[in-house]
Amino acid sequence: MTAPATGPADPIVEVRGVTHRYGARAALAGVSFQARGGELVGLLGPNGAGKSTLVRLVAGLAAPAEGAVRLAGLDPARAPRRAVARICALVPQEPRVTWPFTVRETVMMGRAPHQGLLALPTLLDRGAVQGALEACDLVALADRRLDALSGGERRRVFFARALAQEPRVLLLDEPTAFLDLGHQVAAMRLAQLAARGGLCVVAVLHDLNLAAAACDRLVVLSRGRVVAEGPPDPVLTEERVREVWEVPVWRGRNEASGAPVVLPALPPAPGRG
Amino acid sequence: MTASRGLRLALALALGLAAVAAAVAVSCALGPQPISFRAALGGVDPDAAILLGLRLPRALLAALVGAALAAAGTALQALLRNPLAEPFVLGVSGGAALGGSLVLVASAGLAALLGPVGQVLGSAPPVAAGAIAGAAASTVLVFGLGRIGGRLVPEAALLVGIVFNAFAAGVITLVKMLVPPEQASRLLYWLLGAVGYESAGTIALGGALIALSVGALVVLSARLNLLTLGDEEAASLGLDVRRARAWIFFAASAATGAAVALAGMVGFVGLIVPHLVRRLVGPDHRLLVPASALFGAAFLTLADALARLAFLPLGTEPPVGAVTAFLGGPFFLWLLRRSARPGPEAAP
Repeated sequence: MTAPATGPADPIVEVRGVTHRYGARAALAGVSFQARGGELVGLLGPNGAGKSTLVRLVAGLAAPAEGAVRLAGLDPARAPRRAVARICALVPQEPRVTWPFTVRETVMMGRAPHQGLLALPTLLDRGAVQGALEACDLVALADRRLDALSGGERRRVFFARALAQEPRVLLLDEPTAFLDLGHQVAAMRLAQLAARGGLCVVAVLHDLNLAAAACDRLVVLSRGRVVAEGPPDPVLTEERVREVWEVPVWRGRNEASGAPVVLPALPPAPGRG
Repeated sequence: MTASRGLRLALALALGLAAVAAAVAVSCALGPQPISFRAALGGVDPDAAILLGLRLPRALLAALVGAALAAAGTALQALLRNPLAEPFVLGVSGGAALGGSLVLVASAGLAALLGPVGQVLGSAPPVAAGAIAGAAASTVLVFGLGRIGGRLVPEAALLVGIVFNAFAAGVITLVKMLVPPEQASRLLYWLLGAVGYESAGTIALGGALIALSVGALVVLSARLNLLTLGDEEAASLGLDVRRARAWIFFAASAATGAAVALAGMVGFVGLIVPHLVRRLVGPDHRLLVPASALFGAAFLTLADALARLAFLPLGTEPPVGAVTAFLGGPFFLWLLRRSARPGPEAAP
């Protein structure tokens, strides 16, 4: 199975008029968006807007009720899993550790779509794993067991596993959730580096300011629809954030970088005049 | 690390093979009648008759059953992502016993009506086929009912297995009342988990079946590694989860069914052995499955020797299933208490 040739400017991820339902509830209603190699796209929206559903559809873990998803020309829900996994890697939101593999063993599992039945590693596999470990600053931890790592370290391991997969599309489901500020910045830095390296990176994000600072483009979802799409500055207007997230906000600008900054405008606490 | 993997595999397999050889030798050497290996191998009776006719087949039978149960336990633990999974606890052995019993009863009924046809049905291959079908059906049932809201919940699956075991035991009790007394007592002793004295043909058939199914689990072992990550992660790493799981279900059921057909319900081997072997070789199933099979073979051979010999002064011989239950029950409880902590094997 070979993907049709696509030029560098052609979108790798194509979502066209996708509708998806969980029972009677529509999670996505007529969503379209595209993403290309070399860009970091942030998927924003309040809880229940359909961000995670969209990521699952792009990864081919579910098929849309209507519309089409294409990954480098393949239908990810119908194409062989191996072919999809060579194009697209997913870093799960909360990587669970149920089996005490080491860091290197875990990252090596990213090579699974390139390996045979017994997954015997070739030189190429070892090189890819070493490269991913270095990129994520995990060389010193390579032989540690996963259950002996901190949350931030584990997140890096799963990111490294996705890099070792050598995909063209990298899907990140809330890469900064449950991390402290330093680890949040480090996670976004890795996502940026992956995009600079030519990958098409799509990240579900909750932190608007982190998204505005790091992403090339934002897609805002609300109630299963795309309500805005484009560079951070025009997308994150005060009015739009207020409408989509249903909170009053203060909208400003980072003087140093020029990136938009959004802060919730908390009303004074009740009972304090 | 990867360079040392080959070394670790060779070391683990060599150690496992040595353990099997030692266990079989010990089991053959010990018994109420002292024998000389030299005389036995020289063809001198009664030593040769005792060794080749009684002790060696029995030791080999125990080794086969132990290998099958330990390999199946390893696979079921990976599928359930829980170290408490095991063919006996999950009701897979119970399903196999039920399937085998039903075939036996059907043969008794048919023998009365049709004579020779019923006799054939009561022989080893159909009973084994019934046991495998029962094992496969109960595996599908337990993993199906262990799903809540589309997600596999290990605790739910374990409970379903335990309830299914009780259900199977009840049906088997009913079945026992429907068959003639002599067949009922045969059924009872079989189900207790006894390694008896089987014919060479039965051992060969069971052995071929177990070798095939354990071999299949070894071939599927890289997939087992991916399945420990959870269905969606395994799928995003390129695994066709449904197909891989179906093959593993089938291989583990065939191993369990064959073991039950040969020796009845022998519990906890698939719990104790993979746990100890994981401490020796680590969590990679490509090492874990073959090493567990070998150490399972050694373990059950020794447990059977213990069952044969420990109660000799009393002139009785408990089935090996009693010995493994005696060891495995407390072990299960200890693992349960430990695995309540985060991560199944978080302790170093």
